Amino acid sequence: MKNRLKVLRAERDWTQAQLADELQVSRQTVNAIEKGKFDPSLPLAFKAARLFGLSIEAIFQDETEP
Amino acid sequence: MSDSKTRSDKWASNTARNTTRLRYWTFAWVATSALAAFGPKFIWDFATLPTILGVLVNLGVGFGMIIANKQYLQGLDEMQRKIFLDACAVTLGVGLVCGLSYELLEDIKLISYEPEIPHLIILMCLVFLTTTIAGHRRYR
Repeated sequence: MKNRLKVLRAERDWTQAQLADELQVSRQTVNAIEKGKFDPSLPLAFKAARLFGLSIEAIFQDETEP
Repeated sequence: MSDSKTRSDKWASNTARNTTRLRYWTFAWVATSALAAFGPKFIWDFATLPTILGVLVNLGVGFGMIIANKQYLQGLDEMQRKIFLDACAVTLGVGLVCGLSYELLEDIKLISYEPEIPHLIILMCLVFLTTTIAGHRRYR
């Protein structure tokens, strides 16, 4: 699954640690999500969407979609 | 923002507290295991009451450690929990398969000594450690 987490974080000039604090996860988890190595659960995706004020689809995209 | 900062501070402090709690329970369990194993021989000369008490205390502390481990797991974030549970699954499988095969070796006379549980525990610890490290590397 692709995502725009890194771009959105950079736009706000946040570090991975700051984003991790906001999402209440470890910095390693934020790093793995940004790299597409770990897909977040729906509640965590909703939390990220609320934090950035966007819809889930605006942050996360299914790579199998046409 | 301050609310979410407070929540994240709470999450971080909860995780740290769960880790510390699990560490203390594990040390206590190891200490009471040593007391239950060596106390009868070296401290109270196989007197029945302290021996029974030693085993009961060891069991009680062991259950405390299990609860602390469960709380630790519940406090992890979802990726850490996945790594932990993946490692648990592999460890359980290896423990079951290798444990039964190890026991079978003696039954079919391929080894001459009695299989020992500590050998299996050492294997399971090594497997858990290896799979946990591999899990963290996979998501790095």
